Amino acid sequence: MQSLGIKAIFEGRNFWRLFEGLFVTVEIAFISIIIASLLGVIIGLSRTTKSKPVLIINRIYLELFRVIPTLVWLFIFYFGVTTALNVDISGKVISIIVFSLWGAAEMGDIVRGALQSLPIHQIESGKALGLSYYGLYRYVLVPQAVRRMIPGTINLATRMIKTTSLVVLIGVIEVVKVGQQIIESSRFKFPTASFWVYGFIFMLYFIICYPLSRISKKLETKWNG
Amino acid sequence: MEWLGVNVMDENNNILLNIQDIHKEFDNKEVLKGVSLSLHKGEVLVVLGPSGCGKSTLLRCLNGLEKIKSGDIKFKDKSLIQKNIDWQEVRVKIGMVFQNYDLFPHMTVIENILLGPLKVQKRDKTEANAQAEQLLDKVGLLDRKDAYPRQLSGGQKQRIAIVRALCMNPEIMLFDEVTASLDPEVVREVLDVILGLAKQGMTMVIVTHEMGFAKSVADRIVFMDEGKICETSKPDEFFKSPKTERARQFLNIFQY
Repeated sequence: MQSLGIKAIFEGRNFWRLFEGLFVTVEIAFISIIIASLLGVIIGLSRTTKSKPVLIINRIYLELFRVIPTLVWLFIFYFGVTTALNVDISGKVISIIVFSLWGAAEMGDIVRGALQSLPIHQIESGKALGLSYYGLYRYVLVPQAVRRMIPGTINLATRMIKTTSLVVLIGVIEVVKVGQQIIESSRFKFPTASFWVYGFIFMLYFIICYPLSRISKKLETKWNG
Repeated sequence: MEWLGVNVMDENNNILLNIQDIHKEFDNKEVLKGVSLSLHKGEVLVVLGPSGCGKSTLLRCLNGLEKIKSGDIKFKDKSLIQKNIDWQEVRVKIGMVFQNYDLFPHMTVIENILLGPLKVQKRDKTEANAQAEQLLDKVGLLDRKDAYPRQLSGGQKQRIAIVRALCMNPEIMLFDEVTASLDPEVVREVLDVILGLAKQGMTMVIVTHEMGFAKSVADRIVFMDEGKICETSKPDEFFKSPKTERARQFLNIFQY
């Protein structure tokens, strides 16, 4: 009788190993998203200036991360930069650096777009009420900009979570790699393991990303409805 | 001569806003070419003129949304054209309502109205709220106080915008074409609110294209063209027999 592949998931510590792998994925994505958001706000604010050099530098930065695949960035930092500077940085830290830089570029664009899309009338009627610059940003502009940023930000977050599957290529053992290891080691015992293990990983990604897109939809309808 | 001196003093004390020869440029194009005007307490001034004559710009200079190039604006004998003028303080006293009824879309009606009184004037919440509700009741919108702007019609939004400005207890109200983007059938409900204010003795400067309204609300009509004041008249005079050819042409446009 052929053994059911699903058993591969529960063999030994496999189930927990998958969760540990998932934790690495979430850890890289989560830390990167936080750093990217903070840097992104600064970049976004700086992109509302009229200073040509600042705008050009920002533009180049954003385009570099859009044009060059994330995988190539991971290689540049993991193999290139570490060798050039003769430093030893773990794959996980490199991943966080690259994902943060990429996220910050995209986040900066989201923040800029949200701020620039606010009508000038909002600023003027805020001023006409006697609000200070701080009050204007605190009560009028930022709350509206944040609402406009939500869909783009959630979309970026899910993209970053999914793209973490690339970090296996610089030696980081995340959930997909753990899955591969489990499939390899149980190839003879459970020939159909790959279906079940990858299916399980699919579920894990879904469990993380789906609530995010639900929240995004909820907030959008709440604020626009 | 004593009585004359006293008289002049009284006259001056009554002047809330004194505008002296102000000039304003946008990209080297002069839009205000020396405008002088005084506004007395309780007076309703209606500024008329063709599009681009500088009437909206004039209004926006009065609360510092535009910086003037030269000239002087005095609010109760205090010049507003100094380096470190506190516009925040001035704007509380000179309220303004715009064409596009710019309520803040993320706040309810009552939150919109209370933002200024609570965050700028730091007033007591119960007291400010009571005033807001009283004003809302006056414009017939008390039942919409928890609605969001998107749930309101244009006319309702504009009435709320007026209440929002009034709730700061301003000494002067500026109205910048407040009915220009409204549907014709709701223009009246907004104009009625402004007319009510005039009857209560509110000091106002109104820029409008509603001639009938201008006639009934104004104490004085100021007619502007190409960045200058062409004539200042009583409304009856202005509409019956304007002094200038330019004003006559302008009024002809509104008659079929």
